[in-house]
Amino acid sequence: MTRTIDPRATLSYTGSIVKFLSASMVVPLLVALIYGADVLTFAASMTIAVALGTGLERLDDEPDIGPRDALAVVSLAWFMAAVVGAIPYVIAGYGTSSALAHPVNALFESMSGFTTTGATATAEISFEQHSRAVLMWRQLTQWLGGMGIIVLMVAILPQLAVNGAQLMESEAPGPGLQKLTPRIVETARALWLIYLAFTVALIAVLTLLGVTGLAPEMDLYNAIAHGFSTLPTGGFSPEAESIGAFSPVVQWAFVPFMVIAGVNFALFWYVLRDDPREMFENTEFRMYLGLVTGFAAILAVGLFYGGAPATEIGGITEGVTENALRQGVFQIASLMNSTGFATADFAAWDTQTQFLLLFAMFIGGSAGSTGGGIKVIRWLILLKTLRRELYTTANPNVVRPVRLGGEVVDEDVIRGILVFTLLYVLVFALSAVFIEIDTTRIGEGLTGIEALAASLATIGNIGPGLGPLGPFGTYEFLPNTTKLLMIGLMWIGRLEIVPVLALFVASVDER
Amino acid sequence: MYVVVIGAGEVGTSIAASLASDHEVVVVDVDPDRAEQLKYELDVLTIAGDGTTSDIQSAAEVGRADMIIACTDDDQTNLVACGAAKTLGDGFTIARVKSTEFLRTWQGSEGAFGVDFMVCTDLLTAENIVRVIGLPAAVDVDPFAGGLVQMAEFEIGEGSPVAGQTVSEADRFESLTFVGLFRDGEMTIPRGDTDIVVGDRAVVVGSPESVQSFATDVAPATTPDHADEIVVVGGSEIGYQTARLLEERDFTPRLIERDADRARWLAENLPNSVVMEHDATDTEFLSREHVDEADIVVTALGSDEKNLLISVLAKRLGVDRVIAVVDSPDYVTVFEEIGIDIAINPRTVTAEEITRFTYESVAENIAVLENDQAEVLELELTEGCGLTGRPISEIVAESDVRFVIGAITRNHQLVTPRGDTVLRAGDHVILLVESDSVGQIASMA
Repeated sequence: MTRTIDPRATLSYTGSIVKFLSASMVVPLLVALIYGADVLTFAASMTIAVALGTGLERLDDEPDIGPRDALAVVSLAWFMAAVVGAIPYVIAGYGTSSALAHPVNALFESMSGFTTTGATATAEISFEQHSRAVLMWRQLTQWLGGMGIIVLMVAILPQLAVNGAQLMESEAPGPGLQKLTPRIVETARALWLIYLAFTVALIAVLTLLGVTGLAPEMDLYNAIAHGFSTLPTGGFSPEAESIGAFSPVVQWAFVPFMVIAGVNFALFWYVLRDDPREMFENTEFRMYLGLVTGFAAILAVGLFYGGAPATEIGGITEGVTENALRQGVFQIASLMNSTGFATADFAAWDTQTQFLLLFAMFIGGSAGSTGGGIKVIRWLILLKTLRRELYTTANPNVVRPVRLGGEVVDEDVIRGILVFTLLYVLVFALSAVFIEIDTTRIGEGLTGIEALAASLATIGNIGPGLGPLGPFGTYEFLPNTTKLLMIGLMWIGRLEIVPVLALFVASVDER
Repeated sequence: MYVVVIGAGEVGTSIAASLASDHEVVVVDVDPDRAEQLKYELDVLTIAGDGTTSDIQSAAEVGRADMIIACTDDDQTNLVACGAAKTLGDGFTIARVKSTEFLRTWQGSEGAFGVDFMVCTDLLTAENIVRVIGLPAAVDVDPFAGGLVQMAEFEIGEGSPVAGQTVSEADRFESLTFVGLFRDGEMTIPRGDTDIVVGDRAVVVGSPESVQSFATDVAPATTPDHADEIVVVGGSEIGYQTARLLEERDFTPRLIERDADRARWLAENLPNSVVMEHDATDTEFLSREHVDEADIVVTALGSDEKNLLISVLAKRLGVDRVIAVVDSPDYVTVFEEIGIDIAINPRTVTAEEITRFTYESVAENIAVLENDQAEVLELELTEGCGLTGRPISEIVAESDVRFVIGAITRNHQLVTPRGDTVLRAGDHVILLVESDSVGQIASMA
């Protein structure tokens, strides 16, 4: 095996992925046909994307990739997916007042979609401004990115199965891939089927609420659109007021599905296999539920005692039990695992409650979930390692492995987690500084906490930040340099830094 | 019986010596000098050669042997010897092994490797050590069903909290059964309302953990409690197994091991022990870590010299009880004369276990109590025998034999007997029976 990456094979693999991913544009094309708008946009986008994918694929007839190439394939595939995904925005926006006509905004929107971030670069979300087809594509990119485009490709493309484990490993959120079946293809299929099942369940629940009249504004289009962005912890909504546009019963209906989205999907597979103990005895799962409950309770109490001023969206929470509880639970269920839906404009809340949200954003979902962030399991292992180090400092002769749920955690895994977390914090902090300086440069200076939140919201694939970048705000006014940085942050945040860095290190090695 | 012993090391020689008087014994050893020497020392036939080959086994007439005991120092040799013996005849095969992995495989599928009974030296030694540590108050302790069940006899001393209680008050452990009570040398079968008085001897059968807990009730002063400091020096297989068994009994031992990789392995496999990586012969380290304040120190290092050194050191530092593993049987008395509380020799322990097994008996395993008044037996139930198919209470009511079922093991799992428990074929039953009725009860199994 060569030490450097094989560019032809890597690009060829990436091409295959892009080609098949483009087929998913059939969905917005259908929507376009139904509503009679933007049919040409998607027909053209699909043609361009398939042509691009096929062209790249032709670079190598029999691509053969090693571990290093696999990292490059994953990183490149995600980047190319965002590029291809941006095409419809540019075409549809051409000649209109849409901000998405600008390639940087389009790429931002597309990367934000695939990485399930949910930050938007357009100021106005409405059916007047964007066709239903374009907005459905925006939702669909999240759904495709949620469980992972590589996992999807491994599940459906036999030629990827050979290197499937390597590819999925680089994409899987959390420290390491959980292989459920001897054959990686079956693992990929199982994960996608569970994901699909939950999505269908949510769409069914939402449709039912709409049909029964409990939530008249929830039509089939909205049900599908929100189904596409809940399970992947996305956060895009075709409604300008996000989930705040719907009645409280709908808001409650979202909560369990958002919580599920932050759970390791492999655990549901064990439940299906009649082994629910595997799930309920899982340390990370219990910790995750505990954190969600704890944060939600604190936030609800904070809101009850006036943490949020009376705002138009979300309503008054001070002294109103149900609303304070609902806003608290919803915002934590949405922000901790990086979904990014909102039912209230928390950008207008008190600093204390905002800090609580910021802290929750730092935690992230579980490993193997669709959520972003550092992940619960990493925090758990970090804290246990910290405790171990303190203990061994006092007792230098004692040998003490770090255990998680009775299992010994390998020292290499611990080192990997330390490196990852350090890199994450470093990139996050440096980016916040850059965002602060760059926005000040164009006279749109953010406050300190807003810059930190902006950096965290993009690297953590969360979406909404604070201040003007809040849940009902937009990233549109930011300078293009900052947007490009954020595109990068979303990209490395979704792939958990290392595969992307490895791509650059590999290209440096070649010289 | 016609017995073939393969391997004439210390274990083989010791077994051969104790069997030679009553049985026909043939000893096979690979070393011709050793074989020659043994011919004059013991009244046995010796054959020099590789005991795993069918040539040598045929020469030893393994085909007509009642029992084949493979007890060389090498695990694989012993297993192959047993496997080969099974091809020649149908003798009962006993293999001595060091590796607990082989034992686990064998326990998972009895008869594996062609072995009918397996004795794991290191585990057996560790079990002995833990028994000595945990049950100093017991008059007699015997393991049954491969260590899953323990029988223990306790004397109820002056000031014991159990004295004055009824049996049902004292027996508050899920998997423990009172099987017998001796008062003034007379045995009674205990009932729930039987009073326990000072001077009684109580015989209990149950899981080792419950016996340990009961010991704490009977003799809180002498039985170590969970706060007691136990230090195991040396992370050998014996040291590891000792710590593991102590963990099972809710102790938190400290284990000292010099090798970094081994220490890491031990720490990974012993979640409730504190593993320290250091050279245990460093006295400064021992006092820094307050090993002198330990209640019990077990030395299980690789060499007798080191064990002696640590033992003496620990005694001088003021440790209450020091238990030493001694590799060479000759040194056992030396250790004990120096003042080491207990010296345990793995080979002696193994030889005793195998010899115990060769006693001709209806039962798989027996313990004789109180001048042969009663016996605790382990019986394997066969298809359609008189004990299966009905609740225990019915069988006891109809039978004129006085016996108490103390424990049942089914597929290597302990089942606590209750009145409505129905026994099945294949169960191992540990029961107490009056010595006169042993034959009757055995015919029912």
